[in-house]
Amino acid sequence: MARKSTSKTFSTENGVGTRSHPMLLFLNRTFTSTVLFCVIIVCLLLLAIFISLFISAQPSLQKFGFLFFGATIWDPLNGQFGALPFALGTLLTSIISLIVCIPFSLSVALILGEYFPSGPIATVLNSAMELLAGIPSIIYGMWGLFALVPIVRGFEVTIKVLPLGVGIFAAALLLSIMIIPFAASISREVIGMVPNDLKEAAYSLGATRYEVIKKVVIPYAGSGIIAGILLSFGRALGETMAVTMVIGNSYFMPTNIFGPGHTIASIIANEFTEATDPVYVSSLIEMGLVLFIITIIFGIAGRYIITKTSVKD
Amino acid sequence: MKKLLFWVSAIFLFISAGFTAEPKVESLLGAGATFPYPLYSKMFEEYYNFTKMKVNYQAIGSGGGIQQLVSKTVDFGGTDAPMNANEKKAAKAEVIHIPTCLGAVVLTYNLPGDPQINFSPEIISEIFLGTITKWNDPKIAEANKGVMLPDTQITVVHRSDGSGTTFTFTDYLSTVSPEWKSKVGTGKSLNWPVGIGGKGNPGVTAYIKQLPGAIGYVEQAYAVQNKMPMGKIKNKAGNFISADLKSVMNAANVEIPANAQVSIVDTSAPDGYPICTFTWIILYKEQAYGGRPQNRSKEVVKLIWWMIHEGQQYNEPLFYGRLPEKVVKLDEDLLDSVVYNGSKINK
Amino acid sequence: MSIGENKKRKFLTNVIKDRAFLVIIIALSLVTLVPLVLILFYITKNGVSFISLDLLTKLPKATGETGGGIVNAILGSIIIVFFSSIIAIPIGILSGIYLSENRDSRLGNFARIAVDVLQGVPSIILGIIAYVWIVIPMKGFSAISGSIALSMMMLPLIIKNTEETLRLIPYSVKEAAYSLGVPYYRVMLRVVIPAGLSGILTGVLVGTARITGETAPLLFTAFGNPFSEVNPLKPMETIPHIIFKYATSPYTDWQDIAWGASLILVTFVLVLNIIAKVVASRWKVKF
Repeated sequence: MARKSTSKTFSTENGVGTRSHPMLLFLNRTFTSTVLFCVIIVCLLLLAIFISLFISAQPSLQKFGFLFFGATIWDPLNGQFGALPFALGTLLTSIISLIVCIPFSLSVALILGEYFPSGPIATVLNSAMELLAGIPSIIYGMWGLFALVPIVRGFEVTIKVLPLGVGIFAAALLLSIMIIPFAASISREVIGMVPNDLKEAAYSLGATRYEVIKKVVIPYAGSGIIAGILLSFGRALGETMAVTMVIGNSYFMPTNIFGPGHTIASIIANEFTEATDPVYVSSLIEMGLVLFIITIIFGIAGRYIITKTSVKD
Repeated sequence: MKKLLFWVSAIFLFISAGFTAEPKVESLLGAGATFPYPLYSKMFEEYYNFTKMKVNYQAIGSGGGIQQLVSKTVDFGGTDAPMNANEKKAAKAEVIHIPTCLGAVVLTYNLPGDPQINFSPEIISEIFLGTITKWNDPKIAEANKGVMLPDTQITVVHRSDGSGTTFTFTDYLSTVSPEWKSKVGTGKSLNWPVGIGGKGNPGVTAYIKQLPGAIGYVEQAYAVQNKMPMGKIKNKAGNFISADLKSVMNAANVEIPANAQVSIVDTSAPDGYPICTFTWIILYKEQAYGGRPQNRSKEVVKLIWWMIHEGQQYNEPLFYGRLPEKVVKLDEDLLDSVVYNGSKINK
Repeated sequence: MSIGENKKRKFLTNVIKDRAFLVIIIALSLVTLVPLVLILFYITKNGVSFISLDLLTKLPKATGETGGGIVNAILGSIIIVFFSSIIAIPIGILSGIYLSENRDSRLGNFARIAVDVLQGVPSIILGIIAYVWIVIPMKGFSAISGSIALSMMMLPLIIKNTEETLRLIPYSVKEAAYSLGVPYYRVMLRVVIPAGLSGILTGVLVGTARITGETAPLLFTAFGNPFSEVNPLKPMETIPHIIFKYATSPYTDWQDIAWGASLILVTFVLVLNIIAKVVASRWKVKF
């Protein structure tokens, strides 16, 4: 906490003697103003982004409102702009990727938070998580297209489904790998914050490690883990490049997870440069606006839960 | 005193000349169809070697080319589908379409052994409508007696972006199949009944290459450059024709209107390949817009002039058709009509 | 069954469950390493054979022709990241300073939320914004519009790292400086920031690594260019964009180039991350 000076004669806030030296006062003021200016830019930036998206989405907002998320046909040629297939594609890929990722990220979080918080295993796992988080999304896309898709195709052959390889399932798998580091790191933090005396108390009653985890750690860290899941979900919703390369690009309502689809992010990436009439462009932007709002909601919710749990005691 | 005046005015003139003189044009920006991209990338590479002018062409699809020209973010666009009424309205000023080459849209597929497959218009429309789903369907077998057709699912690959190639292909399908015309129609981008979408001609080719049993429509150069098989298509006269330079040139032997915006699918020529198209460079007729300097417009016109004359030598090695003489003449007239502030650019 | 046997049985099942749980968790954690290993292995295996002097020094060739390289993309990435940095670094560091100095102000709290939100914005949305704010008014695609989109991605990382680092510097350091008569702005610039330099630098490096690999915001801003370009007002090619273009093409030699470029990109990003970690630990001023 910055302590405010209480003495008027010996003011330390601006340094000794600044009251008598206008130049220093001026420089101080300039510095403070510049710093303030930058922060205001950041705040305004976010508002500006929201307002811009809102204004650019006007033509389609006025024509369809948000109802177009209920319409299922995307046919720009004939002026039909139903966004449901893409909203569904986004939800499906993100939810499936979450479900797949949770066991893995939780395991990593437990290993790093409970069993081996330090030592060689921790170093290896920590570095692995950081590496996974650092790999650019286009690289995930490349690997996904050339390595993962053939594997999924082989899998689809064995379960007797049309072996496209590309599709919602492949995109969800790829996404789950991408969000593991985020979910794991947030979970690990909250798991590590479980007070030792709670755990000691359980051990002293004869509980095994597993029981302590199941009955003390997870419930205590529960909200933090959920926060991590929310944040990872937000991340998965907005992922563009890796998804675009493996999702199969189909306009239709996804009928099964092994079929092709589109997400909001991938349809924008595909069609933005060629949207010829204002309603078309603004429909794309309107979808982007909705994606933006949803990502914000999940982001804020996640952070809020984390700050609440970390201030707990 | 006089000397001072002289030097002041000289410096003043010099500085103002610097401000009003147009910046030297070092590069031109174009965007659009992936259909002619193999040809354009070669042409622009050679044009750079020849004139040191960098032409940056981004193949984002015909829809993209039209949109970026309408948004005035590019110097010229490329499209295999002439602008429709809505797009022309959005452009607010007249847009000239200049054909630069002829190309064929071929059906390419991924089957073991790369067999030569014959397709009739009915077969093609039914495959893309989703009513024929397997390669060994009796209708396909009938047209391909003696070919081993596997019991594999047909995976249709179409375009996921706004495409002139799609426009040409669906224009053909709408002409030969009333069912297609009523159910789906013609367009750069539509509600495909079945299949997955690849981005650009490259994306479609890539998918077909990777997916056994896949079939799709691409510009011929892509299939050739990737050593993929191409189907023979039954044309209006009843002959199964492959796409080659001769059959493409035969298809273009039709009446071409003065604005050069014509479709040449389903040609009546007995030896003509039924799915051919021109591809156009589009630019504004009046080039003095948005503060464009005159020398920039000059360079664009110069480039296109080169493309329809010296540039044509690169067409045939890449399996694109050369512009017929009468079309070159038409192009010259069209280019002559491009003006800057009303006066002809191409002197 | 006697109580003793019951207890023994329960004890055994508990032990089994405990051990089994540990085994499962370890197994799952090992499985998470598998994709990482596969990805790095794949990129290295496929990329290493295509790294050549040609790749690094030549321009791309026309489709279907072999040879050719990505020198325009390398140059473009450097230039675009450079411009993003000069936009994001000053604003980021100064904002971080404000946030570390003002723990409880309303503006500070709002800004912190804004930074978190900004970090979560999908990159494609930032691309749309840059298109609407810059490409359309400028009537053209340009590297600078791409840089601006990327700088918006870099900002949150720099701000957060700066704030966290500066918060850890004890007030006693500042107090000592004040007591020597140093004015406020000098205390910040000459004492506090140098003390927190390792953390600030970490933020910058991590931010740079992040945006070097980004593709989506550049799709409709920097646009692409088959030639080398140094003018930031013109479209430019970048490494991630050329990887995207070549990977989704059917030409095998283009795909080969994409592998080579991927290896270069991954190596660069990982090396930057490693340097950031080293800077964070070695240069850290301990109090």
